[in-house]
Amino acid sequence: MIESLFEPKGVLIAGASSHPGKFGFVMLHNILASGYKGAVYATNPRGEEILGIHTITSVDDLPSGEADLVILCTPAKANIELLRQCAAKGVTAAFVTSAGYGEAGPEGIAMQAELVAVAEELNMALAGPNGQGVVSTPANLCAQIVAPFPPQGHIGIASQSGNFVSSFMNWSRASGVGVSRAVSAGNAASLGVSEYLDFYASDPESKVGLAYVEGIDNGRELFERMKSVTAKMPVVILKGGATAEGGRAAASHTGSLASDDRVFDGAMRQAGVRRATTAEEAFEAAGSFASQPLPKGNKVAVVTTAGGWGVATADAISRSSLELLTLPEDLEASLDELLVSRWSRNNPIDLAGGETRDTIPMTLEVVANHDAVDAVIFLGLGIQSNQARLMAEGEFYPDWGLERIVGYHRRQDARFAQAAADLSQSSGKPILCATELAVADPANPGPATVAATGRLCYASANRAVTALEHMWEYTKFLSRD
Amino acid sequence: MSRTLSEAASKEVLAEVGVPFLDEAIVKTAQDAAAAADQMGYPVVLKLNGDAIAHKTERGLVRLNVADHDSVSAASQNLLDLATPADGEVSVLVAPFVKSNREFICGTATDPQFGPIVLFGVGGTLAEAVADVSIALAPLTHADAFDMIDSLSTQTLLEPFRGEPAVDRQLLADLLVALSAAAQREDVSSIDLNPVLIVDGKPVAVDALVEVMQ
Repeated sequence: MIESLFEPKGVLIAGASSHPGKFGFVMLHNILASGYKGAVYATNPRGEEILGIHTITSVDDLPSGEADLVILCTPAKANIELLRQCAAKGVTAAFVTSAGYGEAGPEGIAMQAELVAVAEELNMALAGPNGQGVVSTPANLCAQIVAPFPPQGHIGIASQSGNFVSSFMNWSRASGVGVSRAVSAGNAASLGVSEYLDFYASDPESKVGLAYVEGIDNGRELFERMKSVTAKMPVVILKGGATAEGGRAAASHTGSLASDDRVFDGAMRQAGVRRATTAEEAFEAAGSFASQPLPKGNKVAVVTTAGGWGVATADAISRSSLELLTLPEDLEASLDELLVSRWSRNNPIDLAGGETRDTIPMTLEVVANHDAVDAVIFLGLGIQSNQARLMAEGEFYPDWGLERIVGYHRRQDARFAQAAADLSQSSGKPILCATELAVADPANPGPATVAATGRLCYASANRAVTALEHMWEYTKFLSRD
Repeated sequence: MSRTLSEAASKEVLAEVGVPFLDEAIVKTAQDAAAAADQMGYPVVLKLNGDAIAHKTERGLVRLNVADHDSVSAASQNLLDLATPADGEVSVLVAPFVKSNREFICGTATDPQFGPIVLFGVGGTLAEAVADVSIALAPLTHADAFDMIDSLSTQTLLEPFRGEPAVDRQLLADLLVALSAAAQREDVSSIDLNPVLIVDGKPVAVDALVEVMQ
């Protein structure tokens, strides 16, 4: 059962080691250190005590029905027998980290086929082999031989490369936008990326699928599977080997134009999958789906505290399928009452440095609540706190009124970020905050508060535009007849 | 193994599923070509037609904008003389010469991973160099076809262009859906419509190449 991979009531680590450099140790360590609440058992040839666990020397000593997931950190040759023993004890899912299978020549390929056949015979869900592990934050389960353990959230990750699972989870930790489940498919002998995404689509903990794929065994099946998944949740895919051409000898112009990558691209688009060109774009698209409401249209309002940022954002919007909203007269009139007379009177809504205490939250509120606005991008978060940092680190602090002003700036930026999240929730519209301080100084109360609200703070406006475009394209896909 | 059908036979297969073509004549002699052109009105296009002739432009087997009876007769004879023994049985295809400043490519192919696909793109002799195409898997719904058209990068070619009206996207989508139906046929392995010209905003395929499985 695939459920046992992600919500096991008990876990057996086969091949636990007392050597902290070995996978069999790291696996046990990560499970225990991340606070997994279910029962944990481990086998070890010498029955050593490891990390407080009294290991058993054989699966025969495992109490029946106490563990439903086995993690194999054993040599490939031992695994068939282990699977049979585990099945007899009520185990219904196996994650195989062992290498030496399909990636290792004809003998490995044969062993992999046997592994699959035996798992099928035992009615056991089989993940891997040659995979780095599985993560399930609702179960506090970090059953992997790599770091990190990400915060809990709604992104479901499946990857043909274990290291991309780590990359995505590192971004999750850094941004605060959490992960529900993550699995490294390894050789994907039985369960592959599309099976995991299929599971996430009906998993209440997962709101978006994020996948990395390289090789495809059956494109048509992937297409059909993705079509049914995207009807239930958005999916973002990063594909490796995008530039490798099929080298197809074609009698027709169509045949030579239809390169492997273009066909993959078209098929995924048709299936409603959002394809990202870089890993950070993929994570940020998924993070946006997980934390922002979908835009109902493509009209974007840009609220900025500085002119240049707004212009560059407008340029990025013009290169996308989004549109820069032409300000309706009534919205312009409402803004006139809030803003200094030199404000831009145009979108981007440039506050022109005339902000007082409540200008930013009030402007965001008026803009987000206007019917003509489908999404808001807010630029300028954290500027004052950035100055506050310089003040707090300088030799004059806390005298000269610096302590008071530093506190004020920090409270204000936190308040602006909170207002953006609250308004997004109440209006049902995406509101994206973009500032390079998200990476330049993540502790700045602006970006830090965005992260605390569970949302992404985009490192640049063009990255916010790209993420928003993915969301808008998915909205369009859902509304197709 | 696969083989190509002649342009005339390709068009016959595709007209059945609803691909729009011009009214054309297939004739065996220069004299008949001139007679057909007289009836059609001038100017006309002349092409050498035969099962084994796949890339006419590259071989110089197309005469555009032929203006009168005598020129048609002379050009047709010249085309027939250019046929090689490998071409097998040949004929001359006479079609009205239509002017257009927009060329697209529409086609189908069979992908080893994804099966039958439909392609739409910027066409003409530079099609492969420009490589602005969108692809979807057959069978296409109309929504798929509209999305293919909308996702072409060079959208300016679909809008009003050099005094000509915007491309009728409905007709273009109909054409792609018709190709999708043809691509579903088991014996068809690929189809090229290159170019599909835009005349008064409407798509017209002026060349066709169907590849069938043997």
